Amino acid sequence: MRDEDMNERRIGVRDELRKRIVKGPDGIEFEVDPISDYYCDARPEVRPGAYAGIVESLFNWARSESLWILGFGTGCGAIEMRPLMTPRFDAYRYGIQWRPTPRQANLFVVSGYLSVKTLKRVIRSYEQMQNPKYVVGLGSCTINGGMYWDSYNTIKKLDQYLPVDVYIAGCMPRPEALLAGFEELKRIIRAGKAEGANLYAENFDWYKANQKRVIHDWDMPDYNW
Amino acid sequence: MTFDWMKIPYALLTLIIVVNYGLLLTALVQKIAARAGRRHGIPIWQNYIDLVKNYALRTSISHGVMYYLGPVFRLTGGVGLLLFVPSLYGSEMFSNLSFAGDLILALYFVFFGTLGMALGAGESGHPYSAIGVSRGLSQVTAAELPLALAVFSVALQYQTLSVTDIVAAQQGGITNWTLFTNPLAVTAAMFSFLGSMMRPPFDVVLAPQEIPIGPPTEYHSSYLALMQTNRALFPVAKMVIYMNLFFGGATSWPIFFLKIFLIYMVSALVGVVFPRFRVEQSIRWFLVWAVPVGVLAILVV
Repeated sequence: MRDEDMNERRIGVRDELRKRIVKGPDGIEFEVDPISDYYCDARPEVRPGAYAGIVESLFNWARSESLWILGFGTGCGAIEMRPLMTPRFDAYRYGIQWRPTPRQANLFVVSGYLSVKTLKRVIRSYEQMQNPKYVVGLGSCTINGGMYWDSYNTIKKLDQYLPVDVYIAGCMPRPEALLAGFEELKRIIRAGKAEGANLYAENFDWYKANQKRVIHDWDMPDYNW
Repeated sequence: MTFDWMKIPYALLTLIIVVNYGLLLTALVQKIAARAGRRHGIPIWQNYIDLVKNYALRTSISHGVMYYLGPVFRLTGGVGLLLFVPSLYGSEMFSNLSFAGDLILALYFVFFGTLGMALGAGESGHPYSAIGVSRGLSQVTAAELPLALAVFSVALQYQTLSVTDIVAAQQGGITNWTLFTNPLAVTAAMFSFLGSMMRPPFDVVLAPQEIPIGPPTEYHSSYLALMQTNRALFPVAKMVIYMNLFFGGATSWPIFFLKIFLIYMVSALVGVVFPRFRVEQSIRWFLVWAVPVGVLAILVV
């Protein structure tokens, strides 16, 4: 086995992601390299806001009043999201809606502890969202590991892997705390300080180094759109 | 034959009025549906904010030419449908670009956006898009049959293919409406209407919580904003056809707004009461209940 193959084996690239020669139904052979064919791995760039300040203020106001949530139900926190959709708390009143796909969402709610395996999915989902995008860390687990602080398999500070805008402390925080957190996020967005996506692009190497330190089976491009 | 160029700005004015009305109407219907679930629901102006937000996103990525054209085709379907039928009967300003054979063109435009969307969503390469598209096309095809039959029935009844003439024939009292002169055709068309409004029980195409959101899974930022504009515009444009063909048309904007709202409420009320059909169930439902009524409508006429 060649050295490169050994290397790939070591970092655990799955078989279906390997570069290979495929024979098409018409008998023509062609090369398939899933990692570069299926993903765009261009580095993220810092995107400045609109040139005119007043326009950017309008946009920020619109962004704050139209938070589309991608809920990542990793732990018990996911349970606290459901009451927000139902009559008792009804977060739709505040312009907060749930979208099922990362492409359309602009607020990523990481609800609870992240195992290393889940972190990988979280990073991929986050990178598929469009700039500007915001991250809310829900519960103590995202702040310092919470009750999982000495676990061998969970990360402790979410902030080291993704730029977090607002933490909502608690184990678990009640839906009222979530609403308060979203209101705080709205204030930050309106003030023009929620530039997490640009922060991620600026400190891309630092974030990637942190991510790769814990994720050992890195079988995706460095940045996948 | 001379063309009155003033028609174009007038038609654009109609477009602006209808887009704004559609944005408010869809939010209102969402609020009503939320009330049925004992919620307050979104603010009435939420659709505008969502639009601004989506246009203001700083990045967007494309999956190719058809992906780019999908929302454009979709919006073209909505705009075309609206522009080629008269929105107000007897009004020089708001009869738009209607002409003698516009009924056939309208039928074509109803389907046009769906096809464009199918091509665009197909190129995005997301498996959920493909599932949504296959479900959508089969369901829309089944739902389109009774509508086509009803439209032929109405065309036979009035011996014309011009929407303006059909509205003219219904003037002079509520009993002149097609609703009362040809109830079978209206029943068949209303069954089809339920199927094309993307509300339960026929919302398996988008099916939130199941195949995340179906065809538009990969769409975002301004692509999505175009489609949202169409989501506001297209139902109203479609209901303008229904209003003109079956419910006597409208002679002023207040009547127009009221009739459109009431027609929309038919699908909204059915939607909050009934759970979702699977695709094969909905197709069977259309073939068993709606198509025979349509055939009967043609036979009776």
